[in-house]
Amino acid sequence: MTLDAAVRVGRDDFTLDVRLTVAGGETVAVLGPNGAGKTTLLRALAGLEEMQGRVSLDEKVLDDSDAGIHVPAERRRVGLVFQDHVLFPHLTVLENVAFGLRSLRRPNAVESARRWLADAGLSDKAGALPRSLSGGQAQRVALLRALATEPRLLLLDEPLSALDVSIRAEVRRELARQLASFRGTRLLVTHDPLEAIALANTLVVLERGSVVQSGTPDEVTARPRSRFVADLAGVNLLRGLAAGDHVLLGDGSSLAAAGAGTGDVFAVIHPRAVAIYRNRPDGTPRNVWPGSVDSVDLQGDRARVRIKGAVPLVAEVTPGAVRELNLVAGAAVWVAVKATEVSTYPA
Amino acid sequence: MRRARVPAPIGLLAGLGLLLFLLPLAGLVVRAPWGQTATALGDQSTAVALGLSVFCSLTATAIALVLGIPLAVILARTRGPLRNVLRALTTLPMVLPPVVGGVALLLAFGRRGLVGSILNQAFGVQIPFTTAAAVMAETFVAMPFLVIAVEAGIRSLDHRYEEAARSLGAGYWTVFVRVTLPLLRPAIFSGAVLCWARALGEFGATITFAGNFPGRTQTVPIAVYLALESRPEAAITLSLVLLAVSIAILVGMRDRWLGAL
Repeated sequence: MTLDAAVRVGRDDFTLDVRLTVAGGETVAVLGPNGAGKTTLLRALAGLEEMQGRVSLDEKVLDDSDAGIHVPAERRRVGLVFQDHVLFPHLTVLENVAFGLRSLRRPNAVESARRWLADAGLSDKAGALPRSLSGGQAQRVALLRALATEPRLLLLDEPLSALDVSIRAEVRRELARQLASFRGTRLLVTHDPLEAIALANTLVVLERGSVVQSGTPDEVTARPRSRFVADLAGVNLLRGLAAGDHVLLGDGSSLAAAGAGTGDVFAVIHPRAVAIYRNRPDGTPRNVWPGSVDSVDLQGDRARVRIKGAVPLVAEVTPGAVRELNLVAGAAVWVAVKATEVSTYPA
Repeated sequence: MRRARVPAPIGLLAGLGLLLFLLPLAGLVVRAPWGQTATALGDQSTAVALGLSVFCSLTATAIALVLGIPLAVILARTRGPLRNVLRALTTLPMVLPPVVGGVALLLAFGRRGLVGSILNQAFGVQIPFTTAAAVMAETFVAMPFLVIAVEAGIRSLDHRYEEAARSLGAGYWTVFVRVTLPLLRPAIFSGAVLCWARALGEFGATITFAGNFPGRTQTVPIAVYLALESRPEAAITLSLVLLAVSIAILVGMRDRWLGAL
């Protein structure tokens, strides 16, 4: 079951334009900051949003604006799990799960809903109303409700973000297990990289309505193409014009980089490769810039020091170094990066 | 927080306003022939008027539910100038003097009326001065209360419930019957109660369009008005009945109204 989608949704202040292919049995996570258009994309795929373009599942065309084809949401066999679950408040858990089966006029809708609940260990909640469920239970019931109709495509909108942080890990494991046993095509959207990496084999990074990057989690984080991805990978991302052994950055400073190549490039510097000095260092690093400490984040046995200046960078050092160098906000420092620690790739 | 001091003139005027509400009610209760309530209620003509009022108001409410909910759906789910005109027309009976409504009904459904003449010639059906006319008059005046309440209910509905139902394979009717209507139950209920209360008290349009025929069109408000001359104790007793119904409605819906205070 392969999803092939080219979705364009135009709004007054925002345009979503996404091409996407998801192979059957694969879980793709669309990852992006809030407002990137993730939910709009899901709604368009579910047939709930006015869109241009073409959406097909295997041979079956669900949307084709050129050919005037639009399969209404109720005939798509696309399961949608909403961020805040949207369980029917007036129906019991059992009736919620049986709802789709009844709507599709499947025989024995109630019995098979009961089986779904039993398999998920939720039998004791069958007669309960959704408002009496915990967040985790509601999430599982919402997923069962969608899975019970045996959709060909399963769409999940921020499946864990409505949940308490304390139970997320547990629900995430359960969700990963259930996704693995679902045979159709799976697409989830999230702004949480952890959720994306834990649940999906392929990431598609969406920013301001367009795909900026896609690939396996490793591929995406190894070569960030946006600030959002760089932040989630925890690396410094710079962009400029490469000329042989250096990159000319936007503000006029020059970054020495081994084998920078030519043209518009991204340059990634791992925070571990950024050294901090109180006095101007005199040594091999080709890149030495003055700056001042912006903030210090202690994370266990490491400290992330954000430095502002001509070239803003994040450095990762030990808490001991922070104490010895007295790295407090506003402190004047020098940063140094060896040219061999800068990796570049075409933008 | 310190309580705001209320200037004397405002307190005085507010007190006068309150008296205007309370004194008539006190008069009704004080002058009621409590000893003869049972006899007055048991009186043949009183019982007939009560029965007719209950039948007409409930029928009017039922018709308002069947016709008013779809109307509310259309008003809530469409846009544009046409809808605004439709909405104004629907709510017109709320501000229109009921007697004008009665005249209008007569001109439409009367024997020589717009539709009435056709009904009369083609089918020999005459609506005015029948029980059906009383029901129509009450529906005309009371239905807007239901439409307004249900329309507001639809507008405040989270439409994602309906979207979730659609994504689960439910077509328009299944969504409407199994999701939309159940979620609208509170709005439909309060709208129906308001509509019924208005229908029960209807006087002007009913007496104009349906007249005053005991057992056919003489509902309680009309009976009260006419009995005031000849049998004041019966008029007072029937008034007490209507007052009790109003208080019961107010108490029954206290969560919705008093809760907002």
